[in-house]
Amino acid sequence: MKVHEYQAKALMAARGLPVPLGRVATTVDEAVAAVRPLVEESGNPVVVVKSQIHAGGRGKGRFIEHPDVRGVNVITAGIEGGIEAAEGAVRNLASQMLGSTLVTIQTGPGGKQVSRLYIEQGIDIDRELYLSVLLDRATSRNIVMASTEGGTEIEVVAEETPDKILREEIDPAFGLLDFQANDIAAGLGLEGDAARYGARFMKALSAAAMELDTDLVEINPLVVTKDGRVMALDGKVSFEANALYRHPDVAELRDVTEEDAAELEAGEHGLSFIKLDGDIGCMVNGAGLAMATMDIIKYVGGEPANFLDVGGGADQEQIAMAFKIITGDPNVKGIFVNIFGGIMRCDTIANGVVEAVKDVGLEVPLVVRLEGTNVELGRQILDESGLDLVSATDMKDGARKILELSR
Amino acid sequence: MSVLVDATTKVLVQGMGKTGRFHTDMAIAYGTNMVGAVHPSRAGQTETFTGETDHSGVVGRADTYDVNVPIFRSVEQAVAETGADASVVYVPPPFAADAIMEAGAAHVPLVVCITEGIPVTDMVKANRFLEDKPTRLVGPNCPGVITPQDCKIGIMPGYIHDSGRIGVVSRSGTLTYEAVHQLTQVGLGQTTAIGIGGDPVNGTDFVDCLTLFNDDPATEGVIMIGEIGGTAEEDAAEWIAANMTKPVAGFIAGTTAPPGKRMGHAGAIISGGKGTAEAKIEALTGAGVVMAPTPTDMGSAMLEALG
Repeated sequence: MKVHEYQAKALMAARGLPVPLGRVATTVDEAVAAVRPLVEESGNPVVVVKSQIHAGGRGKGRFIEHPDVRGVNVITAGIEGGIEAAEGAVRNLASQMLGSTLVTIQTGPGGKQVSRLYIEQGIDIDRELYLSVLLDRATSRNIVMASTEGGTEIEVVAEETPDKILREEIDPAFGLLDFQANDIAAGLGLEGDAARYGARFMKALSAAAMELDTDLVEINPLVVTKDGRVMALDGKVSFEANALYRHPDVAELRDVTEEDAAELEAGEHGLSFIKLDGDIGCMVNGAGLAMATMDIIKYVGGEPANFLDVGGGADQEQIAMAFKIITGDPNVKGIFVNIFGGIMRCDTIANGVVEAVKDVGLEVPLVVRLEGTNVELGRQILDESGLDLVSATDMKDGARKILELSR
Repeated sequence: MSVLVDATTKVLVQGMGKTGRFHTDMAIAYGTNMVGAVHPSRAGQTETFTGETDHSGVVGRADTYDVNVPIFRSVEQAVAETGADASVVYVPPPFAADAIMEAGAAHVPLVVCITEGIPVTDMVKANRFLEDKPTRLVGPNCPGVITPQDCKIGIMPGYIHDSGRIGVVSRSGTLTYEAVHQLTQVGLGQTTAIGIGGDPVNGTDFVDCLTLFNDDPATEGVIMIGEIGGTAEEDAAEWIAANMTKPVAGFIAGTTAPPGKRMGHAGAIISGGKGTAEAKIEALTGAGVVMAPTPTDMGSAMLEALG
């Protein structure tokens, strides 16, 4: 589960991690009202207006409605014209940003609507660093990853200058140890107070990651200020969905408006659904088989419209819901149901499909491939249903048939 | 011969709730030697299982069964009383990692965890805990382990299996069933089929299973089924190139998966450009593995690999 930057920073601040002062705004007036207290409290005449969406690349992003406005804007008006001038600039920007659509390299061409801004104090930056805590699957451990190349995407650093990436493994029994944090600080070229603050930051961040069950914590950039402090200038945190039950306060931070409506609805019904750009819908049991079904549609020359795993114990109602979600996509020109019944019996699936089609209606071709437990009974139910569907003998046969019928 | 489990394996079940009970019944019907259960709130009770024998399992049994399974408070007690040498975990996600560690503390040699949805942090701790224990973990989030006609531990449908010559190892449940079904159809059968699970942090990995199969005289070839996410398949490819003496066929799911999206399994995600199907297929092909272009071709890929 992703959260917004302002939420991530609030969680960090609550754990003693230094972040800039900031205020969240959902209206133009709130944005303007944030300026004076920020400038007065921080003593810095610069404020930054940041779009809050669940996607990176905001600084270079542009608004569809206002192509000359970026996703993140630095207001220096306060330096010359005082707070009133800064407020005027923020009013002008906020009225263009709020409600508009921001396109970044991570949003796709459709962009995302900005409904929140984060107004933050300016920081006098000396150095920009990179810091993250993430799972290393190969060792089953979290690692701290750091680099001197702050502000650059870590994938780019890893590709071009892998020697600039520092890593320390976190033993879950002990957490990040002092000497490990000191080693990274030294590797980043931090000295004196900055080294001490940096090491402290890394230890607190590692502990927070463990405590909050994060998938990923990425601070890019982590900055060293001109007065030697270490601070998170940006903060990207995502939480592990399986552990949210023990963090109700974090679960409350979920912003469903950032998520795909169909994926959300599927999730509420215990279905795992991901929308894709193709035109052949598929309904499958099991994650691996569902992925392989998408692959085989592509293999025979088609394009899958979705990933949909109904799981190992879906009932008729869930299958009907799965059908509704697939047929709700106007791009879908055909549906391929691919089931290998294990614990889930083919007759249950067949009944579910029949009921769903009667309920939802069917305007596109349907190919069903059943195999496994009670397969004969399942096929019989489909044959006797009077539905206009085509049976397939195996996955490849099914993929070919649905491609042919949908063309 | 087989790996991990055979006709002598004595199995404990941890978590005798609805799911645990259902699959214990299926396992007994198959002929698995289920010797006890651990369920603290029901310690001292006995669970009775009766029904019709699944004759695709252990051969030479009566047509019906009537088995009493004693329930214990702890794994330690259960092992002391029953001499169990394997356990299967059906405990719900919040408590599953603790169940795994409890089995480790009791030095159970094999723990198979079926549970899906265990927090990663819990599994990181569980793996750390097991480091110095004589316990092998299979899973979590997996269908289990089966040696056809000897022992079935997990949720896989027994009847699709057939005792034979091929080792199966997979991150995906239903794709394991596809592979097993095809191996049965082409007459190769299976020595043992191992589901290592779809989570990002698990116990036994591909290399562990390949090592076991390579050393098992009955196994003539291996089929391994991977998917996007992580680098376990690349590591396996490296190991195969250096060590494997038997033919290997393979399949990787997720060629069409978009980056950054979790495809059903917690571990099936391409992140930071790492874990793509292309990279895995390239590595395995380079190691001499015969890759099935689609799941329908897994059986024929195995035949081709066997030559």
